Amino acid sequence: MALRRIISRMRATVDRLVFRVKGVEPAPIVLGQRRIFVLPTRSGLSYMMALLTMLIASINYNLSLGYALVFLLAGVAVVSIVHAFRNLLQLSIGPGRAEPVFAGESARFRLLVSNDRNRRRPALRLVAAGDRPGDGFDVAARDTHAHTLLRPTSRRGQLALGRVVIETTYPLGLIRAWSILMPDAHCLVYPAPEPLPPPLPANANAGPGRRQAESGDDDFAGLRTHDRADSPRHVAWKVVARDGPMLTKRFSGLAGSDLVLDWSTLPASLDVERRLSRLCAWILAADSQGRAFALQLPGVRIGAAAGSQHVQACLARLALYRENANAPG
Amino acid sequence: MRPAEIGRLRIPARVWLFATVTLTLAPHAMAQPMWLTLFCALLLCWQAYELHAGPLKRARRLVILLLAISAGIAVKLHFGQFFGKDPGVALLAVLLCLKQFELNADRDIRAAVLLSFFLQLALFLNDQTLPVAGLALTGSLIATVTLLSLQDVRANAGQQLRTGGLLLVQALPFLIVLFIAFPRIEGPLWGLPNDAFRATSGLSGTMEPGSISDLSESSAIALRAAFAGPPPPARMRYWRGPVLSQFDGRSWRAVAAGSAAAPRYVTTGPAFDYVLTLEPHNRPWLLALDVTAAGVEHARYANDFQLLATTPVRERRRLALRAYPETPLGPVEPAGLLRMNLQLPAGFNPRTSELVDELTRTAPDPESKVARVLDHFRGGSFIYTLRPPLLGRHSVDEFLFETRRGFCEHFASAFVVMMRAAGVPARVVTGYQGGEVNPVDGVMVVRQSDAHAWAEVWHEGRGWIRIDPTAAANPTRIDGGLAAALPDDAFRPLMMWPALEWLRDMRHQWEALSNAWNEWVLGYNPERQRRLMERFGFEQPDWRTLGALLGGAITILLLGLFGWAMLKERSADPLDRAWAVFCAKLARHALPRHPWEGPLDYAQRLTQALPRHASRIRHITGVYANLRYGPPNPKHVQLARKLLQEIKRLDLK
Repeated sequence: MALRRIISRMRATVDRLVFRVKGVEPAPIVLGQRRIFVLPTRSGLSYMMALLTMLIASINYNLSLGYALVFLLAGVAVVSIVHAFRNLLQLSIGPGRAEPVFAGESARFRLLVSNDRNRRRPALRLVAAGDRPGDGFDVAARDTHAHTLLRPTSRRGQLALGRVVIETTYPLGLIRAWSILMPDAHCLVYPAPEPLPPPLPANANAGPGRRQAESGDDDFAGLRTHDRADSPRHVAWKVVARDGPMLTKRFSGLAGSDLVLDWSTLPASLDVERRLSRLCAWILAADSQGRAFALQLPGVRIGAAAGSQHVQACLARLALYRENANAPG
Repeated sequence: MRPAEIGRLRIPARVWLFATVTLTLAPHAMAQPMWLTLFCALLLCWQAYELHAGPLKRARRLVILLLAISAGIAVKLHFGQFFGKDPGVALLAVLLCLKQFELNADRDIRAAVLLSFFLQLALFLNDQTLPVAGLALTGSLIATVTLLSLQDVRANAGQQLRTGGLLLVQALPFLIVLFIAFPRIEGPLWGLPNDAFRATSGLSGTMEPGSISDLSESSAIALRAAFAGPPPPARMRYWRGPVLSQFDGRSWRAVAAGSAAAPRYVTTGPAFDYVLTLEPHNRPWLLALDVTAAGVEHARYANDFQLLATTPVRERRRLALRAYPETPLGPVEPAGLLRMNLQLPAGFNPRTSELVDELTRTAPDPESKVARVLDHFRGGSFIYTLRPPLLGRHSVDEFLFETRRGFCEHFASAFVVMMRAAGVPARVVTGYQGGEVNPVDGVMVVRQSDAHAWAEVWHEGRGWIRIDPTAAANPTRIDGGLAAALPDDAFRPLMMWPALEWLRDMRHQWEALSNAWNEWVLGYNPERQRRLMERFGFEQPDWRTLGALLGGAITILLLGLFGWAMLKERSADPLDRAWAVFCAKLARHALPRHPWEGPLDYAQRLTQALPRHASRIRHITGVYANLRYGPPNPKHVQLARKLLQEIKRLDLK
């Protein structure tokens, strides 16, 4: 474990000093010549060895055309360095949307790779740190390609995509050109739902304490489609900023008659994560039954509502429960 | 299918590889044994079938394994070993053909491409002419496209060929720079295998009926001579090869004559300076014009007046020589040598002895004996032919009395036998006679078909005198070459047909080109490199000079290439271009447009910063915004060009 930590710290240092990675970069990331690196691939090395052997044979047998052939092939290899470099140069990469997932599922990060050149750029590959290179893709002339990177998730919270390598071995597979990116891409990871949760809690405080489920300003109760009459203060700007639709935040007063999924009623033997897992499972169960529910977490209360927006808001609360303050919500 | 449609096809890497392999192996077909050529052709056909119809299912691996083993055994049986040049090339060819059936990963295709590069190189061991160079260039293109098609799988054949061609064209400057400035080392670096040099056609050290007429059908070039002044007349164009003194009744052999660093003769008479370019023939004979002045480096002067190289001529060799054709040769010879040149095997050619006796009994001196025997050849209605009938045990008898048809070796052999029978020391000299000046570059070309045999007789006090009995029987052979000497209806090689004048003209052009190629490309060696560097102004160039020159040139080439890579392509839309010019102009005045800024916001910021130019700026940005975001304007292009003019006129000082 300690060794792995040392290696990852060393890698970060190398990234910073050699590959000029300076933390998360604002979009779009445009690949300038100073951040593109080239080195021969393994087949490039065997190509070099073959040429060296051919050169020695040419010297030994005094083959003038042998020299010429070796020099031509060496020239092709050198030129392919420039072509590989050019295939990445001025490429711009921006983060796309990543839909939230449950922990344990694969997060699907979308990166938008744009080519502002009049020629297509073939055989590009995007590789996330620690992954094996997947299939290559092409970006047509003056076009944008959306590439999806799958990342494993293990814990809830805000998952940053982290270090991504864009690489190409175009044109001949002898040279690999690459650049290391830190796109500003995040994926919200909900807690994993408990596999076999107990049934939804019976409604504890049904009865007179119940208030009208009328609209109020007290508690956030989910989102609904925007109406022109709605107050701009209630527009869910965060959704809009993520290229989402115009939505209005719905608030309601206490809806005691509804199902309340309450942190504090859970058995004390459960730790934080297992509580969140159970709440998550309950939210999904309630949603599948079409029941409205409220969520009560320490310090947070979300009023009763139903619908996918409400569910997502609740799940997001669970995902970010006591997460780092700097993680954007 | 039309070519344009083929260009749009997607061709998988395996098919490109097949094309590479076929193109690489095809020129080897000539040099390899027949069974190997057939074997490879069979495997290529099978591969073509599999590319078309998919791999065979049953027993494929077993068949391939058996084929590999049997090919290995066949190579061992044919060549006797696995090591060496020829068996190596044969094994590589077999391996490359079989490799195509075991392509499981991209790596296998790459390995096969590298193998074909080796075979491409092996081709140059036999042949480095221009067509082979062109073939190798095409092979390199297809090999490059094969590698490319592994990466750029979604491109069509036309795009792949274009990219491959671009790579090759951009690599050419590197080829030229490296070829000129890469420090040349004279090989070999270590001992070469014994079979490194193929037996090439040319004279052999012996002569028997048929040995020279075989050569006469080959128009391959034996040597070239570039004369400083006018070339010697046809009767002096005797290029001396092995001198044959020993006769066993059928074949003539050379006797080791001994050699020295300086010639045994004193040169006199007119001199001819020339540069001899000798094609390799794997023998030490330099085939110089009779006879060479003293002072040739790396050469020995044989006692039989041949000029010999110290090592066999294994690559094309150039020598600056001076010939004195009228030098008297060997006026004083040891008695043993003369005795050897009188010997005849007992029991052969009895009728010839009788004839000689009859002809020369009354001759007063050796000179008149020679003249009488020559008269016999002149008057004997002998026919000069490339296809003489076969001769039996008494070859000279049969030639003189029965067939009367022969080639130069028959005439020379019969004449020397007759002279020896008459008591005059005589011997056969082989070599080349003649040569044709190429009108394109003025270089005299001597071909294998000019191979010739003549005689030398020795007279007391005068030494060895050249006598050409073929010339006596058929004088046109010497003045007009083989083509002129043959009767009109005789068999003759294609190139000697009188009607094919234009073909011969083309051949002249081609051979002049080949000569330049030989001289400048194939003959570029450490010595030439040094001289070229000196001409560039480098005094005493050594490997450091070359290294610096190479480094500098490659840096310049690389900078040029990276400059090309970083060229920003101009947008096709003139409006985009105009706007880019505008933004760049203001960026120079420290007012760059922010990426998120639209034209009107930008204009607002600019007018605040540059109030003096506010109206112009507002106008320009207004026109741009109108054209960009307004309704489509039919005069878009003209207006955009006009805007660009305005932007260029905008003076912000």
